[in-house]
Amino acid sequence: MAKKNIAFYPGCSSQRKSSAANYLVSVQSMCDKLDIAMNEIPDWNCCGASIGYAEGGELPRVAITARNFALAEKHLPGQDVVSTCAACWLANRETQERLEASPHLRAETNEALGAAGLSYQGNTKARHMVEVLIEDIGYEGLKAPVVKSLEGIKFAGYVGCQTNRPFGIAGESFENPQYLDKMVELAGGEAVPYDQKVTCCGGALAFSEPEKSQKQIRDIVESAYDHGADMIVTPCPLCQANVEVYQSEINKKQGTQFNMPVLYYSQLLTVAYGGTAAEAGLDGQIIRASRLEEIAGK
Amino acid sequence: MTTANQPAAYRNDFLKEVEANVEEGHMVKMCMQCGVCAGSCPLGSHWEHSPQKIFMMIRAGKREEVLTSDAMWMCTSCYNCIARCPRKLPITHIMHGLANYAHRLGLAPKGQPTRDFAVMFWNNLTKTGRVNELKLTLGHYFKDGIGAGIKKGLEMKGVGLGLLKAKRLNPMEILGGHKLQDLAGFHAIVAKAREIEDRRRGLSS
Repeated sequence: MAKKNIAFYPGCSSQRKSSAANYLVSVQSMCDKLDIAMNEIPDWNCCGASIGYAEGGELPRVAITARNFALAEKHLPGQDVVSTCAACWLANRETQERLEASPHLRAETNEALGAAGLSYQGNTKARHMVEVLIEDIGYEGLKAPVVKSLEGIKFAGYVGCQTNRPFGIAGESFENPQYLDKMVELAGGEAVPYDQKVTCCGGALAFSEPEKSQKQIRDIVESAYDHGADMIVTPCPLCQANVEVYQSEINKKQGTQFNMPVLYYSQLLTVAYGGTAAEAGLDGQIIRASRLEEIAGK
Repeated sequence: MTTANQPAAYRNDFLKEVEANVEEGHMVKMCMQCGVCAGSCPLGSHWEHSPQKIFMMIRAGKREEVLTSDAMWMCTSCYNCIARCPRKLPITHIMHGLANYAHRLGLAPKGQPTRDFAVMFWNNLTKTGRVNELKLTLGHYFKDGIGAGIKKGLEMKGVGLGLLKAKRLNPMEILGGHKLQDLAGFHAIVAKAREIEDRRRGLSS
């Protein structure tokens, strides 16, 4: 029997061969070490992300997310619905908050869910994996399984937007959250001061407004270099993709020489817990994190 | 009392329309015009109107200027404005709601890139119940025609090959990709939700 059971909501980008496939690989390895059983919600659907607003109105967006809750309540009763993606978590939290606040919206949502024979009861709690780690396992508990130190590597902890605003992690500030730095430190790494910690990477507008978003990304990467970081670490799959993938574009257009690896907290912890490079999803980096690979290979 | 004889400047029909039909629209009147939202927006230098300006324009009944503005389409959903608003207005949600309403009325700027992408995103995810990243990317590159699409594809070739090599892009997704088992049920939920919402807002589906 696992120490903890969660109803896991992976989200689209974490699926096999999707843009954050290596996030899921590392989360799975990390949770194995921490004895957290990730029970995937059967037949879950996309949360609509944030950018779904234009065509999907409020009710369609709320209804599709409520479908995931309804499935979790039915198949995995009593377990928290846990996401690893910032946008998934935000959509889940927002939906739950609105359904709690408005009996009218809840009635309409259940009318829509009824079209597929489902209903939302409101018996689950939407949470982020980081909340499970910090609140249920605790920093001491996260430190206990560390067998390899990430000593000597400097990380810029890039929290980004949606893991931080509007909900954020309890007890943390919007402007300077500390939890990511604490995770780096408990794994033996050094968390450098970083003034772009909560800057927006452009989100979905990296697609539709590439110039404007790449200006954001340039600031995020440049600041990491300025503060002496070797790598950036983040909890968000879209931050990770945008900040890693577009470095080559910025180099091409603006003559910079960016080559800064961008990792997930779960990759750091997996390596610190003795996982292999493959278990940590390090083969999924476009900009390879060679120093982490070396530690994982020792 | 009717509003017919009042000077247009004092008619607040548009505020009522926004309150009734726009997500979180009932909060617009709480804005005190401090401008913290404008100073907090990462794409702030690019829009036609700041959020607080949009909120005042709504109260001034400037229906067309508001609904045709590009302001809402610059939102990256970073939630800085919500986190910092001293009156706790859900500004991000109101901007999303206004964008959705302007789009559904057909008044949003034509060819606005984020509008086009947002529509493509929703249609992509509702087709199979999960986002097909390959089709989304290709759809975005080819939205202005085959020639422009090939050019864009070649420009971004390095990025695509990098993702492919890292096993974060699947060329086989072109054949369909991940999808739901109960896709019919999912489609029924989406259709029903849209029908209820459109009925409430007096829009035809």
